[in-house]
Amino acid sequence: MYALREALAAFRRAPVLTGLSSAMVALALFVVGLFSLATYNLQLTLSAIEERVEIVVYLRDDARQSEIDHLLGELGDFEEVRLVRYLSKRDALERAQEQLPEFGELFLESGVNPLPQSLEVELQPGFRTPDVVDRIAQEARVYPFVEDALYGEEWVDRLFALRRIGLASTAVLGGAFALVAALIIGTALRIAIFARRDEIYVMRLVGAKKSFIRRPFLLEGALAGLAGAFLACALTYGTYRGVYSYLFEIAWVPGSWIAIGLLAGAAFGAFSSGLAIRRHLQEV
Amino acid sequence: MIKLTHVTKEYPKRGFALRDVSFHLKKGEFAFLTGHSGSGKSTTLRLIHMADKPTDGEVRVTGYSSERITERDLWKVRRRVGYVFQDFRLLPGRTALENVAFVLEVTDTPQKAIRPKAQRLLSQVGLAPKIGAYVNELSGGEQQRVAIARALANDPYVLLADEPTGNLDERATRGIMELFRDINAKGMAVLMATHDLELIKRHPTARVFELDNGSLVYDSETAETDAPRSTPAAERLGSD
Ligand SMILES: Nc1ncnc2c1ncn2[C@@H]1O[C@H](COP(=O)(O)OP(=O)(O)OP(=O)(O)O)[C@@H](O)[C@H]1O
Ligand SMILES: [Mg+2]
Repeated sequence: MYALREALAAFRRAPVLTGLSSAMVALALFVVGLFSLATYNLQLTLSAIEERVEIVVYLRDDARQSEIDHLLGELGDFEEVRLVRYLSKRDALERAQEQLPEFGELFLESGVNPLPQSLEVELQPGFRTPDVVDRIAQEARVYPFVEDALYGEEWVDRLFALRRIGLASTAVLGGAFALVAALIIGTALRIAIFARRDEIYVMRLVGAKKSFIRRPFLLEGALAGLAGAFLACALTYGTYRGVYSYLFEIAWVPGSWIAIGLLAGAAFGAFSSGLAIRRHLQEV
Repeated sequence: MIKLTHVTKEYPKRGFALRDVSFHLKKGEFAFLTGHSGSGKSTTLRLIHMADKPTDGEVRVTGYSSERITERDLWKVRRRVGYVFQDFRLLPGRTALENVAFVLEVTDTPQKAIRPKAQRLLSQVGLAPKIGAYVNELSGGEQQRVAIARALANDPYVLLADEPTGNLDERATRGIMELFRDINAKGMAVLMATHDLELIKRHPTARVFELDNGSLVYDSETAETDAPRSTPAAERLGSD
């Protein structure tokens, strides 16, 4: 009650400065927002690509049906494996024909089918990672009637590297802006504390609890952070609309991300205020 | 209730402000703390208010010890010790009522009780007619009364007053003293720093402590047995 009134009074007392700290939080979170938007869309693309992360086990032509059935069962028993599909030489040829009609016809005419029979191993979502893929491929290669097991190693690795880079850059850039925002919030708070130094002094003298003295400042920081977060969301949404209308189709981030962003803004504001209070409350 | 045990306060570079001071102020007592300027009266009050820690020795206030209390718990002492500052330290942009209400508000008084209690406190100190006046519209004596009302806000066990009559004329001084006696009559201890010996003489029942250059040189409770009659205040008190 008192805390809220005082926090709002602080806005009124120094609208420019509190505005500035909100704006800085907004800028910091806007960067994070942009990266989130990018990361989210990258994530969507990645998982679409990931769906296609599968292992193809090429079999020798002389593999017996019983051997193939056995391997099919073995691979199907892995908990990471969603399903194993058998592709005969004929199926392979038909598929090749669909995808590359000219070649298909060539093979049909010559009566020779150079394509091997194979097992296609599809993985459970969440297990489409380089090491799982590699482990299963190793397992299959053990069998003598297996020619080879391939999965485009590099490409899976690169996919994951890309995601890591995205995350790292978000962390670094967002962190840098957050630092600047924290410094500005600190300055704003220092001025707010200075403006109220007489009151704080009296509060101490007459026995206000420490937490009570801090509360309005924490609340002020949280409100500034929240306002900044709202602004950042608006800016990010604007960017999203712009990209969507003029460049290419992208998806808007899920609502839960927005909620987390708003919460993060408020928490960040309160946290930087807390740090500033710790420093400056001693001075008055 | 308030007990100083071998309290020494040394300021870096400035030397000793208090030297081995011990006394015990009991519940409901009325006491004067006197001595020359610079003898350590304000320092003593500040130590009791735990605005500062003694360099050596211990200050105990209603069960709280200066040796053990943490920054976090200071508020508990502050609510039990009302302090009237020499320079009042009121909030200038506020009215008399707002100054008292502010204290109640920041010390967890229920919202509904604040205004009535502030009004009651101000009428107790005789300021009912000036309740809405801003601090800078009040005379020194009136500001003094607001400061007293504020110090009483948390129903403290003891009221400390630093030179409360220092800037007041004879009549205003008498008024403030009457007020202190009233407050004391209700059971609150009062410890008042003053160098006005005439004032002390007019209250012969009160206890008197005298500081000289940081040392406690006279305590009326023990004076009959081993009073240093040579000290300035003791001499003058006895010379009438
Ligand atoms: N914060 C401080 N830093 C350094 N020295 C101080 C401080 N406060 C007081 N002193 C010194 O301690 C001694 C006692 O000061 P104190 O204010 O207690 O005296 P006093 O009896 O209240 O005097 P007065 O009657 O003038 O108010 C003085 O020598 C003073 O200079
Ligand atoms: Mg003094």
